[in-house]
Amino acid sequence: MLQEAYFILSNYIWQIVDGLVIVAIFPLLAGYVVLLERKVMADMQARLGPMRVGPHGLLQPLADAVKLMIKEDIIPESADRAIFWLAPVLSVFAGMLSFAAIPVGPGFLIADMNIGLLFIFAVSSMGIFGIVLGGWASNSHYSLMGALRSSAQLVSYEVAVGMAMVSGLLLAGTLSMKDIVGYQAHSGFWLVFVAPVGFVIYLVGSVAETNRAPFDLPEAESELVAGYMTEYSGFRWALYFLAEYSNMVVVGSVATTLFLGGWLRPFAGTPAFHFLDYAPPLVMLGVTGYCVYRIPKQTGWDQKFIMAIFTGICFVITVPLAAALPHPVAGWQAGVHGAFWFIAKVMAYVYVFLWARFTFPRYRFDQLMQLGWHYLIPLSIVNVMGVATAIVLHREAGWNPVVSIGVTLVVTVLAALWLVRAGERREQATLKSAA
Amino acid sequence: MTNLILFYFFAGLAVLGGVLVVTMRNAVHSAVFLITSLLATAGLYLTLNAEFLFVVQIILYVGGIMVLFVFVIMLVNLDVALHQVQFNRQTWVAGLLSFALLAELLAALALARSSSTGMQLLPAPHVPAASVQGNTEQIGTLLFQNYVIPFEIASILLLVALVGAVVMGKKRI
Repeated sequence: MLQEAYFILSNYIWQIVDGLVIVAIFPLLAGYVVLLERKVMADMQARLGPMRVGPHGLLQPLADAVKLMIKEDIIPESADRAIFWLAPVLSVFAGMLSFAAIPVGPGFLIADMNIGLLFIFAVSSMGIFGIVLGGWASNSHYSLMGALRSSAQLVSYEVAVGMAMVSGLLLAGTLSMKDIVGYQAHSGFWLVFVAPVGFVIYLVGSVAETNRAPFDLPEAESELVAGYMTEYSGFRWALYFLAEYSNMVVVGSVATTLFLGGWLRPFAGTPAFHFLDYAPPLVMLGVTGYCVYRIPKQTGWDQKFIMAIFTGICFVITVPLAAALPHPVAGWQAGVHGAFWFIAKVMAYVYVFLWARFTFPRYRFDQLMQLGWHYLIPLSIVNVMGVATAIVLHREAGWNPVVSIGVTLVVTVLAALWLVRAGERREQATLKSAA
Repeated sequence: MTNLILFYFFAGLAVLGGVLVVTMRNAVHSAVFLITSLLATAGLYLTLNAEFLFVVQIILYVGGIMVLFVFVIMLVNLDVALHQVQFNRQTWVAGLLSFALLAELLAALALARSSSTGMQLLPAPHVPAASVQGNTEQIGTLLFQNYVIPFEIASILLLVALVGAVVMGKKRI
């Protein structure tokens, strides 16, 4: 018994430590994603965004966290207490558990599961219960409506997202996240170039799955106050928020691993592009330099001091990236550079989310369902068949890979155009019958 | 040893969840315990190294079917259910049936114990559990090569049920 406990501890100590680190630092990271979102939103609306707490609002996440933690925690009198308590915890649990299977860099992953992608899919499908049960337990009409919309939306978009994943999986031939990246390293092509339609479907579906605008109907402010979290306040509300942002990072990581080459550098296999290895330390050095440049511009010694601390953090990140040069292929050097590229890609994906949020108006619920059922699901099925056909044409019939992919891609796009036309015709028919 | 502890933990959780599903008065609470029970069953699959089954159990039952369950339960007026009689009066029939089932199970176990006599009801797995590495591919090969016709027939059956439900549910298609 003791021996076995020792065996487990000694073998899995790093996994346990990694898990603790993720649980400890992720809330902070999510806070900074919120800051990023507010800054991006401000930029797109020609404002400055948060500027008060710390230089350029750099300490805003900490202030927000303290505010949320010391706020009054209200439980409605007629709420179902146990489930009201359970629901946000379940949401965060599902969001965080997915990180167990995400490979950040070569060697930087907690568990290399043989079923990694399915595991993430399963765990994130459990996250729905946090929303649904929370909405029900609040005993409020707004919450219940938000929860109902959310479950309907997630169940319908899960099909399209799953089929989009399948189109990538067919090519990689494995469910292990590490081997999917390994396949892309071996073939020399990110899967987004081989299955672009699958990537687009995944992009749209993942926005709907994370309840982000323009598909944020479960929490549509103009109709439902705040949807399923109307009755939540203080720390519990913060947990829902944390779950939303961790879900964003998880779908970003899955898209990065499956379609964008995971931790691989752009043009990883081409020797002519090895100079790109100098990009990570140079980028971080540039950020450090900019921070140094901003220090004297801050007002007051405290702001200068905080800016200096952020400069130091950027520099500390630069050092291992620079030390790993030139051309890291294995060991911690490859790990650090891989983590840089991975995080950069995930952030780019998250940026697209924010961009979409501030660009598109919110969909109506029937439009959302129509997009899911009438367009994305049929298109994703056609896409899976197309990718499968391309694989057979290339591997069995011996066609040129570019030709086989091109032909099936054209067919898939034609199917998409036909779907759009059929949809327009259906809309006109309903308009006519209504008139 | 660890496997044994995990087995008893998951099995106990599954049984406890199952009992609470029936005894809870509130339908949503019942659903939560049903989810617990299903998750515990998934855990049991994992202790048997059936990782694909584990994930499919969670995706299908917890992430799919239970979401629809909860969806429907939330639309039902729960106050009515709270005032209805929870258990009916068929204690004797139910007791008799469960004793019959228990006897059957015990008989099966007893037969399995005396497997040396030729009756092999529960044959031991001939592959050591630890040597099985990744059964997802094996399941895929089995389903789509050896058993492709039964598999397709089962899916067409489900499709027919689905289409039938839509046809009966909708007045105008």
